[in-house]
Amino acid sequence: MHIMAEIAVVFGLCLLSEGISALLPVTFPASVIALLLLALLLFARVLKPEHIRRLSGFLTANMAFFFLPSCVEVMEHAPAILRQLLPFLLACLLVTPVVYFVTAWTVQLLMRRAGRKGDSHD
Amino acid sequence: MTEAILSSPFLGLVLSAGAWCIGCRVQKRTGLLLCNPLLIATALIIALLSVLRIPYSAYAAGGDFIKLMLGPVTAVLALNIYQQRAILKKHFAPVLAGCLAGSLTSVGSVLLLCRLFHVDQALTASLLPKSVTTAIAIGIAESRGGVGGIAAAAVIITGLVGAVLAPLFARVFRVAEPVAEGLAIGACSHALGTTRAMEIGQVQGAMSSIAICVCGIITSLLALFL
Repeated sequence: MHIMAEIAVVFGLCLLSEGISALLPVTFPASVIALLLLALLLFARVLKPEHIRRLSGFLTANMAFFFLPSCVEVMEHAPAILRQLLPFLLACLLVTPVVYFVTAWTVQLLMRRAGRKGDSHD
Repeated sequence: MTEAILSSPFLGLVLSAGAWCIGCRVQKRTGLLLCNPLLIATALIIALLSVLRIPYSAYAAGGDFIKLMLGPVTAVLALNIYQQRAILKKHFAPVLAGCLAGSLTSVGSVLLLCRLFHVDQALTASLLPKSVTTAIAIGIAESRGGVGGIAAAAVIITGLVGAVLAPLFARVFRVAEPVAEGLAIGACSHALGTTRAMEIGQVQGAMSSIAICVCGIITSLLALFL
């Protein structure tokens, strides 16, 4: 597909998702709806991976860059954050590894158990 | 002339691209975990804006173009999930259980922390959704009396912690399974952490992308009942 066609498809899905997001009774972001829609189209084989290969290649290869403006924006909220710095920092710095640990080990233990069950059936 | 430059969207675009390149260079030279390109580029731009007294809004005129692309960037993660569909199918139950455990832990530990420190309701509400992607977090925070901007800042700082320290977490917590590693990165640090997961490996990137969706949905539902 022409690169402009790839852009039209992906941006079109994002546009449609903004509409869907506005209709939902709860807050759910358009970007995640677009992800789900694109996954649906791929699994239904309406779209093939080749159809969006170049655009998705460029975007995922430079993914972190697109978060830069959001990171710079944190400076706008510095005064409010500084007023309650300790709980803010603890929530960000301490809770993050705890969530990582709990998620990783839940998955790891369940996978090992499933693996053992699989073995005993063989 | 100064006025023309300050009002042009190119200012934000040039600053972002330039600072990013410097960040990547420093990362390559030093190889240090803390010399993350995003961290360096952010610090450079904030320093430059502060020193030259350029208002944030002048940067945002161009920065908003880049921010707009977060939609397509998140959407194309679907391709990654699709390519790893065999692994997803095989480990479907652990994937769901892991995301549920992660979301509950995140919300629960923030609540506990805020109780311990007698944090007021507005900040508690702003910190609660810090592990999910920005748009969901702002929505949840504001619906509970929090401040959208602080919620977004907490999401970004959390994301940076995940993106920078993910390889360290895997070593310290002895996480060897790529599926578990990817999900944990996505569950604790959403799309920003996923940028790192994609660098670590294809399976990790795909699982982290899945965690963004599933944890986003679970946390949105949790927020309705809290």
